[in-house]
Amino acid sequence: MHTLTEALRNFGALQLFFVRLLRESPAVMLRIGLVSRQVFKAGAQSLMLIMVCGFFVGAVIGLQSYSNLLRFGAEDVVGQFAALALMKELGPVITALLFAGRAGTALASEIGLMRTTDQLSAMEMMAVDPISRVVVPRFLGGAISLPLLNCIFTAVGILGAYIVAVPLMGLDGGAFWSELRQGVADYDVNEGIIKGVVFGITASLIAVWEGYNAIPTAEGVGRATTRTVVNTAVAILIFDFMITAVAIGSTG
Amino acid sequence: MLVVARMQHWRDKLLSRGTKLDVRGLRDTMDQKNIVEIDDLHYARGSRQIFKGLNLEIKRGEVTAIMGPSGTGKTTLLRLITGQLLPDRGRVRVDGQWLGELRRAQMYQLRRNIGMLFQNGALLTDLNVFENVAFPLREHFDLPQRLIRHIVLTKLHAVGLRGAAYMEPGELSGGMARRVALARAMAMDPKILIYDEPFVGLDPISMGVIVRLVRRMNDALNISSIVVSHDVQEISSVADRSYLISDGRVAASGSPDELSNAPSELVRQFMHGMADGPVPFHFPAPDYASQLFNDRPVDDQGES
Repeated sequence: MHTLTEALRNFGALQLFFVRLLRESPAVMLRIGLVSRQVFKAGAQSLMLIMVCGFFVGAVIGLQSYSNLLRFGAEDVVGQFAALALMKELGPVITALLFAGRAGTALASEIGLMRTTDQLSAMEMMAVDPISRVVVPRFLGGAISLPLLNCIFTAVGILGAYIVAVPLMGLDGGAFWSELRQGVADYDVNEGIIKGVVFGITASLIAVWEGYNAIPTAEGVGRATTRTVVNTAVAILIFDFMITAVAIGSTG
Repeated sequence: MLVVARMQHWRDKLLSRGTKLDVRGLRDTMDQKNIVEIDDLHYARGSRQIFKGLNLEIKRGEVTAIMGPSGTGKTTLLRLITGQLLPDRGRVRVDGQWLGELRRAQMYQLRRNIGMLFQNGALLTDLNVFENVAFPLREHFDLPQRLIRHIVLTKLHAVGLRGAAYMEPGELSGGMARRVALARAMAMDPKILIYDEPFVGLDPISMGVIVRLVRRMNDALNISSIVVSHDVQEISSVADRSYLISDGRVAASGSPDELSNAPSELVRQFMHGMADGPVPFHFPAPDYASQLFNDRPVDDQGES
């Protein structure tokens, strides 16, 4: 019972924190330098990881779908299959999970260490609000980066699927692209984009929240980092199901 | 173009709000003799009562020392003075304003007049020394680069570290980090400078430098200083007035000489560093003999 009320209290506090971040966001947006630096740290520096992972996820989709669809003589739809799988599910989910491991942990431990070493208190004493100076730029940086990384992941993934299916397995290139373009509708693309945006907000929010509320000890920062990865993963998978259900319900 | 105009509009609005508050604050506080007044302060953390009716006054223009055995809540007291914590009962007045009545924006306005030096310096690790000192200026004012550079180099020169302006915080020794933090605390030309344990863990030379800086800053800039410390010798050499805090109250106060000649047992024990006295050497424990010869060692943990 006690743990339940504790969990609910935390959840409520997280939402209030989120509202506060949103309220501070417009003012912070004006300080482009602060935000762009975080987009660079969270986004640009994750680019290589995202592209390598995207390529191989796409490649394995190409391989699996080709060899399994071949049994039904439906290997022409590999392009469509890979594009839909990457766009709607694998792109957003895997990008978000990688993001949590690469950028989320960095955010949480950075903010947690700033608390441990009194840097946040020092800012407060200099009459600078650490939420708007430290937390919001990092939150925005992550929330902006993840949807972009998601698009790159998906694009590189489709390229990976193409390279496996066409030059390697000998599928016709024309069939690959024409099936892909015929079979993917606007709402499929939108679903992927919406997921990217929601996951970006979720992953960044959890990372800055855990960092900001880390217990100011070495152990506390370590735990905050772990919780960032675990909680992000769980939240992402739950949201993924919910968004998918809504998307399928609304498009039939 | 529209965006730029919009941004300027908001910035002007923010700045004008800031200056209005500042002017009012100044008028209210022109003729206050005490820069900090603490009245019947009560504060508890969890079930532990840290302050039980503490009364304290800090005079303008003086260096005031706050001393006390470890764990008496000296750092907590600083957090109460700076409004990072609010008292359970009693009032704190800083520079003529009662802290409990201030709104968030007013509190931030007040803090622009307070410089604080944290125990380990608390420099921002992603900025170099120069940017650390420039940080409050850049955050609060829209000053030309040349002026910022001027102010920062002057402040760094005052603490003797102009040559270290482009070093990273990680490259500094403990004493240097604290001096940079002092330069940063002075960047906004505060009325009050607060030092939290400024002498801990320094070698004798760095310690001497900091002691001298505390005195020199106070007199040269005509500000008020609050130094929390338990280094009796060092603090006695710079403080005009000292408060000894014990058991949630002020146990003694006065000039360093008055304190070291005080009749109270506790004050004598603290000032002369005696191991046993009113503050016992032994932490409360069960009877020695019975615990040693107890054949149920589980009891030692206080569990059954």
